[in-house]
Amino acid sequence: MKIIVCMKQVPVQDSLLKITDDNTWVHEDELNWEINESDNYAMEAALRLKEEHGGEVVLLSMGPDRVKESIKQGLAKGVERALHINNEDFTTRDPFINAKLLAAAIKQESPDLVLTGLQADDTGFGQTGPILAEYLGLPHTSIVMEIEKSNGGIKVKRELEGGWFQSVELPLPALLSIQSGSNQLRYATIKGIMMAKKKEIKSLTLADLGLAEDEVDDSNSSLNFNRIFIPEKTKKAEIFEGDPKEIAAKLADKLKNEAKVF
Amino acid sequence: MAKFQSLDFYDIDSSLSDEDRLIRNTVREFVDNEFMPLVREYYRKGEFPDQLIPRIGELGLLGSNLNGYGCAGLGAIAYGLINQELERGDSGLRSFASVQGSLVMYPIHAFGSEEQKEAWLPRLAAGDAVGCFGLTEPDFGSNPGGMRTRAEKTSDGWLLNGAKMWITNGTLSDIAVVWARTEDGIRGFLVEKGTEGFETKAMHGKLSLRASATSELLFENCLIPESNMLPKTTGLGSALKCLTQARYGIAWGVLGAAMACYDEALNYAKGRVQFSGKPIASHQLVQEKLVYMLNEITKAQLLALQLGKLKDAGKANNAQVSLAKRNNVHIALETARLARQILGANGILDDYQAMRHLCNLETVITYEGTHDIHTLILGSEITGLPAFS
Ligand SMILES: Cc1cc2nc3c(=O)[nH]c(=O)nc-3n(C[C@H](O)[C@H](O)[C@H](O)COP(=O)(O)OP(=O)(O)OC[C@H]3O[C@@H](n4cnc5c(N)ncnc54)[C@H](O)[C@@H]3O)c2cc1C
Repeated sequence: MKIIVCMKQVPVQDSLLKITDDNTWVHEDELNWEINESDNYAMEAALRLKEEHGGEVVLLSMGPDRVKESIKQGLAKGVERALHINNEDFTTRDPFINAKLLAAAIKQESPDLVLTGLQADDTGFGQTGPILAEYLGLPHTSIVMEIEKSNGGIKVKRELEGGWFQSVELPLPALLSIQSGSNQLRYATIKGIMMAKKKEIKSLTLADLGLAEDEVDDSNSSLNFNRIFIPEKTKKAEIFEGDPKEIAAKLADKLKNEAKVF
Repeated sequence: MAKFQSLDFYDIDSSLSDEDRLIRNTVREFVDNEFMPLVREYYRKGEFPDQLIPRIGELGLLGSNLNGYGCAGLGAIAYGLINQELERGDSGLRSFASVQGSLVMYPIHAFGSEEQKEAWLPRLAAGDAVGCFGLTEPDFGSNPGGMRTRAEKTSDGWLLNGAKMWITNGTLSDIAVVWARTEDGIRGFLVEKGTEGFETKAMHGKLSLRASATSELLFENCLIPESNMLPKTTGLGSALKCLTQARYGIAWGVLGAAMACYDEALNYAKGRVQFSGKPIASHQLVQEKLVYMLNEITKAQLLALQLGKLKDAGKANNAQVSLAKRNNVHIALETARLARQILGANGILDDYQAMRHLCNLETVITYEGTHDIHTLILGSEITGLPAFS
């Protein structure tokens, strides 16, 4: 089985974030980076499938030069080789465009299975996986906890709310978005790290992907970052008085007209 | 406990290779996930968590700077960073790995026969076997050259008599590297667990390095095969070469302990409020302590890094290693002491780390050459006048 794992490098959890002067992003140069958590679980799931059924795991990552360190971490854990879409010269935060880029790279590989994390811990969209599946024309399911090979396809366990699970069967090729915590993650061993030096990281340019810069530029995006801000702390409490009926009416009014939750 | 943030004021990270950083991060993650949840309990019990040994071996942390025989052949800086991360957990954890790698595997690798290397190194690297290093005796610590343990050559092999004390990993060990006096001077020997006439005894009552096994080794007419001598050992100098390896690891290791204390003290000082609603970090005297730590840790990091570069180039001498061991342990101990003070009464509790590191570092400043012995080594180096006796 040939499996492609899409991996994003994100700021280390609990990083101190400093917002840029134009309030549209954070200062990246002072941050430390790591593999996005659910992508790490996707990689673990892929490695386990390979160990059980044979085949190859290919890591695909888009980002500037710095993501090579995370790619090497994946190679050290047992991934065979990696594809790196180097976007040193353009940035996109739009999952629609990101998925287009990833899809172009994946099409060249024709894998049996594509795994992504459920969502990126930085932007938190949770969109890239599903959109990518659409671009590739693959069946897709998300919040996947377990993957099993079944005859001709795969059987997966999805996590629903409130302790419920769902079992889904899909034909191959397919795309799955993997939930964090689905497996025990492995460490990169020292030997793995040394061996990773010899593994291939293929750098892909826009030309390699058959895309033009204006197709992937942020200016082409339907997504705008208007303002990024630290959640504002406001302390406001209002205590309603009266009988339960009155209180409920007041509460419903507030929720509807002030908090606008429905 | 908040997640550990390392100190890197001079952006030393940028001079590390991707591999060095990956190795450092792997060990950091391992220590966070597997060791930190255990340390308090094992420190209280006065035991090393030996269930971790196979995991440590699997990761490749034992003898990682040696070549071949299942070892990774890492450079000096990656090796140093491993020590740093282990000792950020606890000096006992780093001591376990230091003894196994620098004091057991290194001498077998450097002074052993091919059969000895093949028999022991892969098992020791994998954590399938544990080793210890017996040099110190009850009456000979700083002056091991005076040792009384003897090995007598007989027609059946070597007959060992004597006692070693303060031996890390002793009771856990499958193999002991033992230094003994022979007719041709001091030589190293491999003594296997279970050999008749060889006994290990746990030492109790330690108030320092509690999460580590410290033992006595007793030899009473202990007969070992002729082939168990390390053939290339040529006197006390061979034992001292092992110590140079271990001291190098300590110079890095204690940076981990110091950074753990600094990190804890800084966080505490920012959160603890006394007098007029201000955090104690806003007081000049507290800032002075934090700045001392920042200053000394940063200098010590640069010392370790440059020493590592010299070592990789084959240019580090034992006096340079002495200077780094002496300086870095000293500043780590001072850092731990100041951190403990910043934490006030909380600082004496084992809910926090400072006191544990402080107590541990009292061992580290004593073993592998006391602080003062390193002063004498350096004094002798620069004056040409040894002042040991
Ligand atoms: C927890 C722990 C683990 C250890 N693990 C090991 C191990 O695995 N293997 C092993 O072989 N050993 C081990 N040691 C022993 C350690 O290396 C010795 O304790 C150390 O070498 C000091 O020897 P000593 O304790 O006999 O002190 P001493 O040599 O008696 O020194 C006592 C004091 O006198 C000072 N002093 C001694 N000579 C001089 C001098 N000429 N001039 C000025 N001052 C001097 C010293 O600096 C020190 O302050 C361990 C020790 C501890 C505490």
